[in-house]
Amino acid sequence: MSSSGIYQVAYYTMMMNLYNAMAVRIQRRWRGYRVRKYLFNYYYLKEYLRVVSETNDAIRCRRKKIASHGNQRKALEEFAEMKEREEKKANLEREEKKRDYQARKMHYLLSTKQIPGIYNSPFRKEPDPWELQLQKAKPLTHQRPKVKQKYSTSLTDWLACTSARSFPRSEILPPINRKKCQGPFRDITEVLEQRYKPLEPTLRVAEPIDELKLAREDLRRKEWLRNVNDNMFLPFSSYHKNEKYIPSMHLSSKYSPISHKEQFRSEDPKKWICDKDFQTVLPSFELFSKYGKLYSKAGQIV
Amino acid sequence: MSLLRPLLLDVVPTIQQTAALALGRLANYNDDLAEAVVKGDILPQLVYSLAEQNRFYKKAAAFVLRAVGKHSPQLAQAIVDCGALDTLVICLEDFDPGVKEAAAWALGYIARHNAELSQAVVDAGAVPLLVLCIQEPEIALKRIAASALSDIAKHSPELAQTVVDAGAVAHLAQMILNPDAKLKHQVLSALSQVAKHSVDLAEMVVEAEIFPVVLTCLKDKDEYVKKNACTLIREIAKHTPELSQLVVNAGGAAAVIDCIGSCKGNTRLPGIMMLGYVAAHSENLAMAVIISKGVPQLSVCLSEEPEDHIKAAAAWALGQIGRHTPEHARAVAVTNTLPVLLSLYMSTESSEDLQVKSKKAIKNILQKCTYLPALEPFLYDAPPNILKHVVGQFSKVLPHDSKARRLFVTSGGLKKVQEIKAEPGSLLQDYINSINNCYPEEIVRYYSPGYSDTLLQRVDSYQPLIN
Repeated sequence: MSSSGIYQVAYYTMMMNLYNAMAVRIQRRWRGYRVRKYLFNYYYLKEYLRVVSETNDAIRCRRKKIASHGNQRKALEEFAEMKEREEKKANLEREEKKRDYQARKMHYLLSTKQIPGIYNSPFRKEPDPWELQLQKAKPLTHQRPKVKQKYSTSLTDWLACTSARSFPRSEILPPINRKKCQGPFRDITEVLEQRYKPLEPTLRVAEPIDELKLAREDLRRKEWLRNVNDNMFLPFSSYHKNEKYIPSMHLSSKYSPISHKEQFRSEDPKKWICDKDFQTVLPSFELFSKYGKLYSKAGQIV
Repeated sequence: MSLLRPLLLDVVPTIQQTAALALGRLANYNDDLAEAVVKGDILPQLVYSLAEQNRFYKKAAAFVLRAVGKHSPQLAQAIVDCGALDTLVICLEDFDPGVKEAAAWALGYIARHNAELSQAVVDAGAVPLLVLCIQEPEIALKRIAASALSDIAKHSPELAQTVVDAGAVAHLAQMILNPDAKLKHQVLSALSQVAKHSVDLAEMVVEAEIFPVVLTCLKDKDEYVKKNACTLIREIAKHTPELSQLVVNAGGAAAVIDCIGSCKGNTRLPGIMMLGYVAAHSENLAMAVIISKGVPQLSVCLSEEPEDHIKAAAAWALGQIGRHTPEHARAVAVTNTLPVLLSLYMSTESSEDLQVKSKKAIKNILQKCTYLPALEPFLYDAPPNILKHVVGQFSKVLPHDSKARRLFVTSGGLKKVQEIKAEPGSLLQDYINSINNCYPEEIVRYYSPGYSDTLLQRVDSYQPLIN
């Protein structure tokens, strides 16, 4: 029906206008932020010019004073004084920091309700200034011994997402009673679950194909490390036997049992292009690795 | 000369010294006499006996070498060729400060001429010894050593780098605080010669913490100290915007502006150029120069200085300040400098350099100027190429500002615009058309030239209605 069509068009137009107006508001805020942060900040410029003019005035009146005294030495003295003042300030700050650190270390000397501390003797009229310092200081925690990480890239190291973008580490945890953000947002726990989902490697990646062979070689290597002498150690009872082993006729003839490879295929390694043979064991492919782990519900049996 | 030469070999030491002194004074006076000294083969003899005689002889011999070397590069090359540099460097290690001073002076004069001679002096190993000389307590020795280092460093960046590597900058920077005026002027000159070659060298000079001490030198009573301090600040500020920012943050802009105000003539030139360089780097720095009240001072320089090259520098600096944004152009225009610039451009007595620079400055400022009261005088007496820009600016501002339009009409600007003859299709004609489009047709016709004649013609041809 045409009338409902007209209403629909009008409604659609109204909604789009509303969305555009809201988008303009959002973009205005964002553009202002971006320009001020990355391109040009008018208030910063004003502040800078004010500071420059203040410095200029300071220099001008100092120079007027110098000119009126008419003596260059005064200028040097003033400059020396200024330097001294700055140095004194720096020294004071250093002392303050040192005292604060000491107070943090001695935090346990603070007096309790039952027992007055050593700086708060009952025979004094008022507590020692150190007492107040101790009250203000936060207790110092032990420095945990920094364990040097082994640099091995096995799979277990990657089970937690370590990239800074996916796991922004901050010193403080987010507050417990965080107010829910206004808007059509998902539940924050769901989002965090999804974001910090641990790695679920496929079967192919989780275990290498020739793990058994690698494990055998590993064992052999470890044992070789342990051995002092590479020669095989014969037991003492067989020490007098220094005869070579005489194989049986079956095994010493050249008509030995042939391997399956030779039985069915003739090979000539000199004609190979590269020096490796074909692989006989192939890696598995993932047919069912993503079963039940996708987000979409496509292909589900209804 | 042939009589003096055997006296140099006399047994009595006093005669030797006096003969050497006489030779030195002769060579000092005149170029030709110095050449005669060289031609008379006296130099090898001097150099040979320099190594073994007492300090008075050494001083006199070094004086002869200096007197010969100061006239021209060829004579200095002759001195180098006879192997004098090594003996002079040995003299620099002598414990008598007078001998050191004479040797350093001779080395300085030799190195002054060109880069090869400076390189020869450096290769002889003079620079570390000169740096040691600077640290000596005698003021005269310090002065001469500083001037020798300045002469070595001024030719090329490599030589300046050699001077810096010997650790001279720190000592020179400390000596800025010394009250002696001649010493300060040599020290400042040495630092500016080091800083002028490259950004790294300038940064090294700045790291020696010369700011804000240098700014107190700008207020010294001695003219040369002020000039050299301005030169040093200019050489530092001209390389990068960051260095200029450093100078401005330390209050350098105000100090230099005051210094310009208190000097006359050539001593102002480095300060003016420094302001120009600072303003050229960025618009924030140009704004900082403006708020430090630089523009009135520069316009004073422009109008009252007699020399053309100083005026050209002031015009250039004003152009750099005003070219960034309309705010800057307005700040320059309100001080009424634009008519002065125009008159300098038009006057036939100005040198070519001055004309070129003032034209560029006017163009740059006009392209951003929206301050109409300053532009109006230009309508009357500007030549056509500048008039084009002026009218262009009017055509940009007038369509948007109704008060300005009214003012334009009442002050007679519109009338003047109508009188401008422009070829149809040229840019000027486009601007005139856009100005005319801002006004109703009757006013445009009223002010067009010859309108009174056309009106009178209509009166003549009008037939009154007789009823």
